[in-house]
Amino acid sequence: MTAVDDEVVREFLVESRENLDRLDQDFVKLEDNPSDRDGIASVFRTIHTIKGTAGFLAFNKLETLTHAGEHVLSKIRDGALELTPERTSALLAMVDKVREILASIQATGSEGDADPRTCRERLLAIADNRPATAPVPEAAVATAEVVASTASAPQVAQNPSTPKPAASSPPATPTPPERTQPASSAESTVRVHVSLLDRLMNLVGELVLARNQIAQAGSVIEDPILVGAAQRLSAVTSELQEGVMKTRMQPIGSIWDKLPRVVRDLSLTCGKQVRVELEGRETELDRTIIEAIKDPLTHIVRNAVDHGIEKPDARAAAGKPRTASLRLRAYHEGGQVNIEIADDGAGIDVDAVRQRALERGLIDADRARVASERELIAMIFVPGFSTAKTVSNVSGRGVGMDVVKTNIERIGGTVDLISARGRGTTVRLKIPLTLAIVPALVVSCADERFAIPQASLIELVRGADGPNRVEWVHDAPVFRLRDEVLPLVYLDATLDLAPRPERAAPRPATNIVVLKAENALFGLVVDEVRDTQEIVVKPLGKELKRLSVFAGATIMGDGQVALIVDVPALARRLATVPAEDSAADDAKEGVRDERLRERFVVAHAGSRGHVAVPLHLVWRLEEFDRSEIKTVAGREVVVCRGEILRLIDIDGAPAEQGGESGSKVAVIVHQLDGDTVGVRVGRIVDIVEAAPRGGGKTDGDPTVLRVLDGEVAQLIDIAALHTVEKAGDRA
Amino acid sequence: MSSTSTTMPSQLCTFRVSDAWCGVDVRAVQEVVLVRGITRVPLAPDAVRGLINLRGQIVTVIDLRRRLGFSHQQAAHHGVVICHDGHVVGLLVDEIGDVVDVGSNLLADPPATIGPLGRTLISCAYKLAPELVVSLSVEGLLAFEDSNRTMAHGGIA
Repeated sequence: MTAVDDEVVREFLVESRENLDRLDQDFVKLEDNPSDRDGIASVFRTIHTIKGTAGFLAFNKLETLTHAGEHVLSKIRDGALELTPERTSALLAMVDKVREILASIQATGSEGDADPRTCRERLLAIADNRPATAPVPEAAVATAEVVASTASAPQVAQNPSTPKPAASSPPATPTPPERTQPASSAESTVRVHVSLLDRLMNLVGELVLARNQIAQAGSVIEDPILVGAAQRLSAVTSELQEGVMKTRMQPIGSIWDKLPRVVRDLSLTCGKQVRVELEGRETELDRTIIEAIKDPLTHIVRNAVDHGIEKPDARAAAGKPRTASLRLRAYHEGGQVNIEIADDGAGIDVDAVRQRALERGLIDADRARVASERELIAMIFVPGFSTAKTVSNVSGRGVGMDVVKTNIERIGGTVDLISARGRGTTVRLKIPLTLAIVPALVVSCADERFAIPQASLIELVRGADGPNRVEWVHDAPVFRLRDEVLPLVYLDATLDLAPRPERAAPRPATNIVVLKAENALFGLVVDEVRDTQEIVVKPLGKELKRLSVFAGATIMGDGQVALIVDVPALARRLATVPAEDSAADDAKEGVRDERLRERFVVAHAGSRGHVAVPLHLVWRLEEFDRSEIKTVAGREVVVCRGEILRLIDIDGAPAEQGGESGSKVAVIVHQLDGDTVGVRVGRIVDIVEAAPRGGGKTDGDPTVLRVLDGEVAQLIDIAALHTVEKAGDRA
Repeated sequence: MSSTSTTMPSQLCTFRVSDAWCGVDVRAVQEVVLVRGITRVPLAPDAVRGLINLRGQIVTVIDLRRRLGFSHQQAAHHGVVICHDGHVVGLLVDEIGDVVDVGSNLLADPPATIGPLGRTLISCAYKLAPELVVSLSVEGLLAFEDSNRTMAHGGIA
């Protein structure tokens, strides 16, 4: 018998024992009030449960015995039979027999040689309303005693405290005489109220804090006795913390086991054939997390069956087995739990997503054309998105994956979706083990300390001069991290503790904490990175609940409070869109010469379509209201940061004067021969990293055609543009 | 103006904020502490001075000078920790006074000329000697929803 089976049997024993104890009381109550339907139903359910599990575990004696009992009870429940004392006795005899068999299972692992036949015969006789066959064929001691005890005559059961007046009623709890197993499984486990566990968890949290404090003091005082005690305290606390955490752990199976049924019902409704495989159902998670992932998991599974998996005919046509497979897998990895829900269905129809995103106005046509597959798949998590052609009662209402994502991220987890057309979809959830105590990075910024949960931490980098410096795109500071352009966020400025960083007076970005949230990478600039610590997350008071940038607060080793940065909230606040995905994808292909790769600002310029300017030539990007642009002496100018900025159009055409106010014009500002000039374009589209290829030049045109990132763009030749403009001036 | 409880307080825990004597129902007061080591909370309402560690519990500290709109100078380090609806908050005041008995004979309604901020924060006044003691509404003090901008005028005149 495998460990898992053992576990199942143990659970079954504990549960059955508890149920049987309750049954005794239920029966007694029923005696007083035989018409209590709820009572009968409850007894019926209990017996039914034991029967079911016994059948599942192949305990045949138990199964046949409880089956007979169930048969009697169902008749009583339906009113076909009345609950007479005699019948009660027969049922109680069955309960005792069940106990006996359970005891044998616990001791030997098998049902033993207990013989349930007599008991069963009696029950069946009762059910058929035959007189009970009095003579007992084989007079095994136990059976004889049970029967005797049920005969409502002289007491065999040792129950001196409640002597029964003869013939009035049968004994309430005929105790089987051979209940002498030393430590039953019921005694080796205790049911504890969840609130007590929560309280223990809180206390352990306090202890962890005190431990941190002592450890800090120990390092300062350097007293060998204190250091020794601190180390012991530390070890014990860690173990205690682990232990208490374990008491709150539940196997993920407790919610998984309901899923096959969900899938079965759903696939019947949808006319699909699905086989569910569960792997790692014993993987344990904190119960609060189990609660939190229950709905998202069900949702993902429903989605997979409803949207992902095709009908059997379609599958056969695609050369796949008619029965689809839905695989759920859970496993521990790096202090987290990974849960994968993989189907071998049709995968996500990227074109349909593109179409749908366009229809719903989530992206515009240009973006839709250039968007990478991953970017489009990420659209599925946008609220109100659904590719289901029809709204079924199952899904397709547009509330779904976004809720899944929010719920998972709320508990510090991440959702990843991988899809291959025709081969299936895999949703991967990464979930922290617990929420109460989390590892965090402590940083300081503007003389305050902040804790950043490590779940979203990718790496720490140190900016310096030279190639590792902060660069600017328009007013946004960025940092080149290997192949990525990392948007930078200054923590102090975000929290209003310092003015926004300016391009003109750049601050040296010293410590950059690279974070990932909401599928976006960004760098958080902090003053100092202190250390990593286990912190106890405590909620903020309700008067501070509206501060979404903080997930809570914690108490540091020195007793001071530090705020915990809510990284997903910070990312949402910045609305950092994963625009670098396409570049990253191309980089993986490795088809182009890396040395030629350059960054370009891509803009949309009216009828010209896409134009591009190498990023290194761009001084900054500005946006003006059309009404702000004035024409002075035949030249377009605009007042920008207190200075007059000269504008030129790529085509040398003047801007339509007095265009309706509110429409915006983007301007790419650059310096040429010590002169600051703005090139007027429609709007800025993106910044791409690409190696430009090929192209031709049209005479007199200040642009060169280039292939950027698989798209044709017109590379603006700034110098040529200047010449054209100067020529225009002279004319 | 509804007070913190259905019955009027019989005792007030009094304290001085700037030059005014105020009080809260003693039943709402958990303890009086010296407040040290406040961690400020960026982006929080102006009147929120920060967070303190009160024996392992994290408590928000509200500067009553600012909350009552007296000044932007900070109050001293005396803290009155109040508990309302299981929610614990520290009030930072300049000086802690006595716990005084108050009865309905000493009760006076807030003046009609009181400003809007005072209206939400003050439940009544008590004619105690030598100074009037203004009874603050604990609910009002903690209701930060819209009134987090302290008004320069409209405090307790």
